[in-house]
Amino acid sequence: MTHLLIKELDKRFLGDPVLRGVDLAVRSGELVAILGASGSGKTTLLRLICGFERADDGTIAIDGRIVAGPQTHLPPEQREIGYVAQEGALFPHLSVADNIVFGLPRRLRRARFRVTELLELVGLPASFAERPPQALSGGEQQRVALARARAPSPKLVLLDEPFSALDAALRIETRAAVAAALAATGATAVLVTHDQAEALSMGNTVAVLRDGRLVQVADPVTLYRRPHDVGVARFVGEAVLLPGVAASGYVTCTFGRLRLSPGAPEGPVEVLVRPEQIRLGSIAQAGVAARVCGVTFYGHDASVSLLLTGEDQPRTVTARLAGHASPEPGTEVTLTVSGDVVAFSPDSGRRCG
Amino acid sequence: MTEAVASGPASRQRASRRQPPAALLVLALIGPLIVLLPLAFTLFEAARVDGAEAVELLARPLVGELLVNTIGLVLAATVAAATIGTAAAWLVERTDLPGYRAWGVLAAVPLAVPPFVSSYAWVSLSPGLQDFAGAWLVVTCSYYPLVYLPVAAALRGLDPALEETARSLGCGGCACFRSVVLPQLRPALLGGMLLVALNVLVEFGAFALLRFRTFTTELYAEYRTGFDGPGASLLAAVLLLLCLACLFAEVKVRGGAGYARLGRGVRRRAARLKLGLTTLPALAGFAALAMTTLGVPLGMIAYWLTQHGAAAISPAEASVSLLIDATISSLWLGLSGAAVTVALALPLGFVAVRYQSRFVTLLERMAYLAQGVPGIVVALALISLTIRAAYPLYQTTPLLIAAYAIVFLPLALVSVRAALSQAQRGLEEAGRSLGLGWAAVAWRVLLPLIGPGLGAAAALVFVSIVTELTATLLLAPIGTQTLATQVWADTSTLAFAAAAPYAALMMALSLLSTWLLARRFAATRFVS
Repeated sequence: MTHLLIKELDKRFLGDPVLRGVDLAVRSGELVAILGASGSGKTTLLRLICGFERADDGTIAIDGRIVAGPQTHLPPEQREIGYVAQEGALFPHLSVADNIVFGLPRRLRRARFRVTELLELVGLPASFAERPPQALSGGEQQRVALARARAPSPKLVLLDEPFSALDAALRIETRAAVAAALAATGATAVLVTHDQAEALSMGNTVAVLRDGRLVQVADPVTLYRRPHDVGVARFVGEAVLLPGVAASGYVTCTFGRLRLSPGAPEGPVEVLVRPEQIRLGSIAQAGVAARVCGVTFYGHDASVSLLLTGEDQPRTVTARLAGHASPEPGTEVTLTVSGDVVAFSPDSGRRCG
Repeated sequence: MTEAVASGPASRQRASRRQPPAALLVLALIGPLIVLLPLAFTLFEAARVDGAEAVELLARPLVGELLVNTIGLVLAATVAAATIGTAAAWLVERTDLPGYRAWGVLAAVPLAVPPFVSSYAWVSLSPGLQDFAGAWLVVTCSYYPLVYLPVAAALRGLDPALEETARSLGCGGCACFRSVVLPQLRPALLGGMLLVALNVLVEFGAFALLRFRTFTTELYAEYRTGFDGPGASLLAAVLLLLCLACLFAEVKVRGGAGYARLGRGVRRRAARLKLGLTTLPALAGFAALAMTTLGVPLGMIAYWLTQHGAAAISPAEASVSLLIDATISSLWLGLSGAAVTVALALPLGFVAVRYQSRFVTLLERMAYLAQGVPGIVVALALISLTIRAAYPLYQTTPLLIAAYAIVFLPLALVSVRAALSQAQRGLEEAGRSLGLGWAAVAWRVLLPLIGPGLGAAAALVFVSIVTELTATLLLAPIGTQTLATQVWADTSTLAFAAAAPYAALMMALSLLSTWLLARRFAATRFVS
C-alpha cells in the first residue's frame, strides 16, 4: 500500500526553482532515504511534506489524504506526522518525559503515557525521564526527539539530517538505535541526508535528489551497482571511470574484456569500475601492469593509488583493499577486475541499457 | 534581497520565509515611528531657521562656552572612565587580588546610582564641590562601569593561549599586554568609552544640581523661561547631532569587533597574576573607588535620613503623605511605562529575529536611534508637538509614558531580542509537527521560553523609569510628583534632609531590581 504519494511537486524561492516535478511514492512500513548534496532541495522537500512550507505546484498525499495540492494546504499540526529536526529541537524548558508526551492530550500527558516504553524503544534507560535535555549528549537528544515524534503514533515519521550534528562514533551508534526503533514499530519514514553511507545503510529505498529533481529512486544495491548516470555513480561511492568499447554484453578497456551488467548497448562507452572491484596480483600473474604510487591506510582497509605502467598515456586508478593486504609504495603489481561493470554513454553520461 | 539570493541556497530558503504577516509588521512599525517623531521634529525645526540667522545664533559666545564645557567634560570623563574601568577590570579578572569576586560586583553596582542622586550626595557633603570638578567626579563615578563591564567580559573571553604564544615568542609581560592584550580589548574599550561619552552628553540632572552649564541645562533654562525660539531649536539640534555621532561611532566600533577566536577546542581560564607587594595599593585603590562611587552617595542618603530638616541649608521636612504619593506615582509610571515599552519592543523584536530583511533591519536601526536622542530633546519635542498639534495630550500621563517608551525602547529591544532568540524556530516547528496549533505553541513553547526574558526586559525598563529625571521633570502632569522629581526639587532648594527619604526609596528600588536581575542572569540558562 502506498503511504506517501508525491506528484509533480514544484517549489520556487524568489523565482528560483528549488524542486522541479518531484514524484515519489513511499510504501507503508518503508524507510526512504532522500540523498542529495547541500542545496539539492532535499530539506525543502521534507519541509513541504511536513507543511512548514507551501508547495507552488503538485500534490502530496499522506495515507490517501491530500495534504498539499492546488487550493489545499493542511497546516503541519493536522498532518499526523512525526518530525525529527537536525539537532533534535528538544524543548529546553521541559524534562525528557515532558518532551516525549508533549504532543499528547492533557490526560495522557498527566499520566506520562508510554514514556518508559518509548524510552526503551529508542534504547534509553527509564531513569532518563526526569533529566533536562541539556544533560543529554547529542545522540541521546536525537533519540528522545524520535521518541517524542513517535509518541502520538503518527502515520509518517520525517527525519531531517538527524545525525549530521553528531561525531563519527556517536553517529553510527545513534543510526543503529534509530533504525532499530523505526523497524520495531513498522513505521513509515522519510530520512533526508547528504551522507551516502547513511542513505545506503539505512534506507530500504534511496532517492537521489540533484538540482531539485529526483534522478534515481532505487534500492541501495541497485543504486550502487547500476547508477543512473556518472554523477550518481560518483555521488554514491568512489568511482574509477575508463573509456571502452562495448560489444555483445562485454566491454573492452584498459583492464581487458569485462562482462557488462545486462542490457548494455554496443559501441564506445565509459566504464565504471568500483575501487573495491580491482584486485592486485604479483607480476607473475596475468593482468594489467601497474606500480603502487601511494597508500592511504585506514586500518580496516586502505586506498591504494596505482599508476598503469603498460599504457602509452600514464593513468592512475584507485583500488580499495583490505587493510592487511595493503602493499608497499613502489611495488610492481598486476591488476584484474572482479565482477560485472557498468557502462555509460560517453556523451550524456547516462547509463546505457 | 539580491544579496540573500546570491549567497547560496541556505539563505535563499531563509529569505523565502521572511514574509511577516501584515498585522505584525504594522505593530512592529509603531516603535520605530514614535522614535523618529521627536528626532525628525527637532531637526526639522532647526532646519527651518533662516541660514544667516542660524550662523549668527550658532556663533554666539554662549554656544562656544557650552561646546567647550560639554566637550571638555566628555573628554575628561571618558578618559577617566577608561583608565579606571580598564584597571579595575584587569585587577578583577587577571590578578590574585584578595576578594576579586566581591570587588567585581562592587565595580559594577555604581551603574545603579543615577548621577543626579550622587550629585545630591556630593553637593550636600560639600557645597563647594561644583562646576567642572564636581561634574567630572560625578559622571565618572556613575559611568565608569560602562567601560569596566565590557572590558572585563573581553578579558574573560581572551584566549590565554594567545598570550602564552606571545611569551614563547619572546615578549615580556608588559610588552605582551601592550601588543597582544590591549589590541584585543580595543573594541570593548572604545565601545565603552563612546557609551560614556553619549551618557555624559545627555546627562541633565547632575549638571543642573552642580551648576555646570552644558547643552542640556541650557535647553532646560530656555524652556523654563518660556523661550521656545530658533536659538533653542538650534541648540537641541547641535546636541542631537553630537549624540548621534557618538552612537554611530559606537555601532561602528562594535560592528568591527572582528577578533573572533580562531580554531576550536576548549578554552582555558588564564592564570591569575600574583600581585605580591602591589596587593595593598590595589586593595586601597578598590576601597577608595567603592567609597567614592557607593559609600558617599549611600552614606550621605543615610546621614540625611537621620537628620532633622533644620540641619540642612534649607530647613524642610519630608511629609509622609507626599512620600507615599511620590512612591505610588513612581511605581505606577514605572510599571505602565515598562509594559508599554516592552509591548512596543515585542513585535519589533519578533520580526527582527524571525523575518530578517533589509527593511526589518532598517526598522530595528531606527529604534536603536533612540539611544542617541537625549531625554531633554525628546521631552521638548513632545511638548512643542502637543502644544501645536495635540493640545489635549499636553501634560498628560500618556504623553509621559510615550516619552519613556521612546527613550527606553532600545533597552527593551535588546533584552526582548535576547529572550526571543531562546525560542528557536525549530522548536516551534517541532510543536506544530506534534499536532499543536500556533496558539497552543505560543502558550506551551514560546511563553515558557521567553517569559523570563520579557520579565527581565520589563524590570530593566522599570528601574530606568524610576530613576529617570529629565523627561519626568518636563512632562509629568501638573501635581504629579515622583521620587526622582522630589529628590530634584528638594536638592535644588538645598533641603537635603527632605530629599533623603525619596532618594533612599529610589535607591532601594533600583538596587533591589538590579540585584534580582543579576541573580537571574547568573542562574543557569537554557543551553540547547
